[in-house]
Parts: sequence; structure tokens; C-alpha cells
Amino acid sequence: MENHDIVIIGGGPAGMAAAVAAFDSGIKDVVIIDREKEVGGILRQCIHNGFGLHKLGKELTGPEYAHHYQLEVEKRGITVCADTTVLSVTPDKVVTATNTCGILKLQAKAVILAMGCRERSRGALNIPGTRPSGVFSAGCAQKLINCEGYSVGKKVVILGSGDIGLIMARRMSLEGASVEAVCEIMPYSGGLTRNIVQCLEDYGIPLYLNTTVAEIHGNERLTGVTIAEVDERRQVKPETKRYISCDTLLLSVGLIPENELTRGAGIGIDPITGGAVVDENRMTDVSGIFACGNVLQVHDLVDYVSDEAEIAGKGAANYVKGLDRAENRVKAVAGNGVRYVLPQRVNTRGGDTDIFLRVTAPFGKVKFTVKSGDTVIATAVKLRATPGEMEKITLKAAKLRDVDGDIRVDLEEM
Amino acid sequence: MERNLTCILCPRGCTLNVTVDGDNVFVTGNSCPRGRYYGEEEVVSPKRTVTSIVRVSNREDVMVSVKTETPVAKSDIFTVMDKIRNASVTAPVKVGDVILTDVCGSNIIATKNID
Repeated sequence: MENHDIVIIGGGPAGMAAAVAAFDSGIKDVVIIDREKEVGGILRQCIHNGFGLHKLGKELTGPEYAHHYQLEVEKRGITVCADTTVLSVTPDKVVTATNTCGILKLQAKAVILAMGCRERSRGALNIPGTRPSGVFSAGCAQKLINCEGYSVGKKVVILGSGDIGLIMARRMSLEGASVEAVCEIMPYSGGLTRNIVQCLEDYGIPLYLNTTVAEIHGNERLTGVTIAEVDERRQVKPETKRYISCDTLLLSVGLIPENELTRGAGIGIDPITGGAVVDENRMTDVSGIFACGNVLQVHDLVDYVSDEAEIAGKGAANYVKGLDRAENRVKAVAGNGVRYVLPQRVNTRGGDTDIFLRVTAPFGKVKFTVKSGDTVIATAVKLRATPGEMEKITLKAAKLRDVDGDIRVDLEEM
Repeated sequence: MERNLTCILCPRGCTLNVTVDGDNVFVTGNSCPRGRYYGEEEVVSPKRTVTSIVRVSNREDVMVSVKTETPVAKSDIFTVMDKIRNASVTAPVKVGDVILTDVCGSNIIATKNID
């Protein structure tokens, strides 16, 4: 058994930023474990630009953003254990992993979970039809094209208008494919507006809202899909069915935080975020185990992943140093118009605390009110709010001090 | 002429109102100076950063990601893609290495290290 101060599971943007923050908070014995041959995580296949504007003040591609953090990790001499898969984490922080050398056992003082998320697959959607080749999750197609240089198809339909679906619509167009349609079952796109502009409008790709893929056709290879409009209950309207000939269907239908290790450690999961329940330091309900990045909540911007990972890295370092044993925590819960709030537990005797949330549907101008009982802790006005964009509200330390009950966030349309 | 645009420079995606009056372009709705610049340029000569991949000839199944060092004219995107598609490179490659020079006014540079 090896002993380490902090073991980080996952070397993507969250794991790397957490490692750097933990090191800079004074804990030098930090190990990152990653199952891939290189660190960088999902950024390695996100070759498009638009990363880092908030965090680093420059516009980078995904690989460049990863490279920035990789250099920071290397500069500090932080150990990276690549090509190594973690099999289990115990509540007393024993991490068991495997690689070509066999089984590793590491006893950590603190563990940071940064495993990211995976894509929802065709099986989860129950799309009727045959099972030909040519049906890919969007991220899988992205990896095949951008990392391995394959061409995945020539005539494409995309189901789901989240950011990955939109980015892949552009990417396939650039590679010479014809993108026939992007279908979105909801009445609005889950992607950023800028991606609708620069990925669909720039290339003349139609976006059909309230529309889904009703059937998949083809025996060996996909030959086409039937698309159809849906009603308010998201049921297919049979009279709107129409056939689109295509050889490729990309699914961009949601991301699932990859929390098998988390559950194995007996850590409590928030049913809405699909990630752990955490406090303001991103510590889970198992003492000394922290979580950050897409394994905690699916983010829209990597910049915010890095911010969150820094909180977790610093929190884990303070935990190892025996600081932070706050016992004045209250619950933070979602009220009207709010889907979830994170962190779910907040220290009322700490410093200023940012809480993050997503709204339930697209809204115009809204006012968020954060209250405990009848006491208003913070308010924030936003010109618009959509489920695809995470919102942040800062709770001032001075206001938090007066709080002794649960905190609730409500949205009010203006 | 008046156009409503969504600024694509950052995820905030401000809604811009751009008015062109002869040689003068007026932008409102932007939250930062970059937005004003984007609005002005978008109605006169829209530009985009193009990102793609180039095959690494001396490594099996390895691609290096690349981008235009500066944005290129939107109308040149597919010309740029043709040039990139026909290129190849020999490892090692470092982030920032020039892969192709002066393609529609921009160099094509690597965005990934290949050892």
C-alpha cells in the first residue's frame, strides 16, 4: 500500500485544476490517476475554439486549454499515473487501481473525484427500428474523427441540440458531409446561442424543434430515419412523420455523470444533478472525499469546471491540513423555476460563497431571490435565463452569518 | 441597414443590434469592446477561426489538431479546409508549430503536442 496526501481520480480539466490548486495550497504529495494514455480528458477531442475566455483571458481550442493545465501540472512535479483504471474507492479513502503492472493500492488522506461524464446512448431512448451501423453518440463520432482521423459518414441527421450535437454538425460539414437536420425534442435548444449561430446558421443547417427521430431504418448500414413532431407530452404526432435518407445518425441526448466509484464509496447522490451531494468546499457526505467537474454536475463551460476544481483542490488541501471542520452548515434547495442548486450544503460561518444553479425552462428577464425563512440573503437580476446556461449567485459572508435554517432559491419572472 | 446578431465571441452570446449608415457602423447591445468589434466586422467582412486535424505521417492513426492562427474570411472556410485536408506533418509537433503558411491570409498552427 502506497500512502499519499491527495489522490485525484481523473486527469481531465477538473482533475488537473484540482491538483494544481491543492499543490498551491501547500499539499505537495498529490497523485493524478487517469485511465487514458495522456491527461486532458474530453478536451483532447474538442478541437474547436472558444475555451478559456473567462478563466485564462484568451480564446483557445480544447487541446490548447488542456495543454495549459498539463504544463502547470508538470511544472509542479505532480505525479500522473496514466493508463491506469481505478476499480474502487472506499469510505476510508483506499483507492484500488489496475494497470499493466498489476494492482495498485493507495491510501489517501483525501480523494478528489474528477471522473467526468459519459453520453446517454440509443438504448436509453428506446428509438424503434432496426440496429444498423451508422448510429453514433456525438462524442464518439467526435473522437473517431478528431483523434483517430476516421470519416464516420456522408449524410447526417443529428438528434439533440446540446452543444456537442451543434459542434458536431459544424465539424461534419467541414469534413464534407451533408448535415440534413438537427432535431430537438424540446421546444428550445439546450445549446449555447452562439453555437446555434456559428455551427448551424453559418452552414445553413436546419434546426427542427419539438421534433424527434421516430424510427431508424437500414439493415447493414443506416439508410434513413423517420422524424416526427411531438406534442406537449413529447409523444410523436403520427401525421407529421417524414423520412430523411441518411447514412449516419448522431445522438447528442444528454450526459450522465460517471459516478460508479462514487456510489461504491457509499457517497450520497443528488437525483437531479446525478452527482454527489457536496458542501461549499465540494466535499461529499463522506469525510475527506471531494468531487468536481462533470462528475459532480454537467457543465456547459470548461472555464467553470476549472473554477469548481480549484475549490475542491483547496478544500482537500485544507482537509489534509486539519483545517475546516465547519459545523454550521445548512441545506441549499431549489425553489420555483430552479432545477437544482449546488453546493447543496453551505457553511454559514465561512466567507463569501458562490452558489450555482440551473433554471427549469427558458425565461426572459428574471429575478433570483435567495432566502432563509423570510430573510433575504441575496438577489440577482438576469436579462435571460435558459436551462443550457448555468447561473451563479454570490452569497455574502455577512448575510450568511444571520442564517440558521435552510436556504432556498426562487425565480420570479419580471 | 439594420441587423440583429448574436455575438459568438464568448458564451454570454449578447444580442447585438448593428446599424450600417454609409461608412458608419453602430453597434448596441454588446457588453464588452470585443462585442462592438465583432458586430462591426460581422456586417462588413465576417471572419471565423477554422479548426481541424492534420494526419501525422510517421505515427499510426495519429492526428494533430490545428487551427487558423487568426480568423479567416467566412467565405474562405472551405478553401482553408481543402488545404488542411491535403496536408500532413511529421512528428514531433509542438503546440504553436506552423503546419501551413499563409492559407487565405492565416497560418495553420498545431494545437496539440505529438511526441
